[in-house]
Amino acid sequence: MLILRFVAYSEIENLTSIGRIRKLLNIAKEDKIVVLQGKLKKEEEKELIKATMEEINFEFKGIELAVIEGTPNDSTGFLRLKQSLISRVLGDRQGFTIIGPASIVKEIKKNPKKIELLTNDMNSKRKKRSNK
Amino acid sequence: MIKAFKKIINRIFRNVFAKKKHVKLGLYGPPNGGKTTLANRVCHDWIGEDMGTVSSMAHETREIQIKEQINIKSKGKEITFNLVDTPGIATKIDYEDFLKAGMKETQAKKRAKEATKGVIDAIKWLDDMDSVIVVIDSTEDPYSQVNITIIGNLAARNIPVLIVANKIDLKKSKLKKIENAFPQYKVVGISAKYGNNINDFYDELFNLFD
Repeated sequence: MLILRFVAYSEIENLTSIGRIRKLLNIAKEDKIVVLQGKLKKEEEKELIKATMEEINFEFKGIELAVIEGTPNDSTGFLRLKQSLISRVLGDRQGFTIIGPASIVKEIKKNPKKIELLTNDMNSKRKKRSNK
Repeated sequence: MIKAFKKIINRIFRNVFAKKKHVKLGLYGPPNGGKTTLANRVCHDWIGEDMGTVSSMAHETREIQIKEQINIKSKGKEITFNLVDTPGIATKIDYEDFLKAGMKETQAKKRAKEATKGVIDAIKWLDDMDSVIVVIDSTEDPYSQVNITIIGNLAARNIPVLIVANKIDLKKSKLKKIENAFPQYKVVGISAKYGNNINDFYDELFNLFD
């Protein structure tokens, strides 16, 4: 069974960068796909990858990560400025961040207008685990 | 105001520093994009030796490799830099992929462990670079989060970036798709393996250091 866990921005808003990364990574390590409202900071995305690498073992193979921007790249200067001001005041609530455990999410295909999440065959994963 | 002043001072110092010492030019990107092939091409063209081993298997480069004092001269211009080849940055590493590629279990587990350490080292070094070439396989999806995260972090630190769309010799190569994905950056399409367009790459390298 595929479990999606929606995380509202308010749940991570007051956490430190390390706290945010820990929270999201822990959910992914429970074999759940995280759908976060908003985005992490670029520095936090980088640290998330680093933290993921530090925790990879024979059970946890890493994550698939995708960020869907709230403001399209081709938006006008005024719209960008408006979004930037809103982000500064309310936090980066625009867009979504998807973090899925690599054992479940095979690939996240993304282009500016759509996103597709391809999952692994869960039955084969279960079989593999029971064989261990 | 103070922040802007600090930025100007930093830039002046950085330029003076860059002219006096050898700047660090990093090669970053996802695994199997052709970073080491490009590093070998640059080293071969300018110092007559290779930098590292190339393989079709992902995570062949698992340690940071540095070639110091590479001096490039063209059209009256000259630059000297230390070339830093880094392990490919990934969000997942599965030792079973190495098993499927024909490795023995112990070897595959060892490679996976080294690969994770390589990614961590590459990320740690990112902020130390003076300029970065992001090497992307032009036959692959450019919207991968690894590409976006690397470029986003470099932009946040005002580190100059040149995007290299590699493997343009392949039929599946889609240079336009990479240019469209990163419209605010200069993208140069090359084949590091065969040397296609390599002079355009060197020209862009000079622009990167200007």
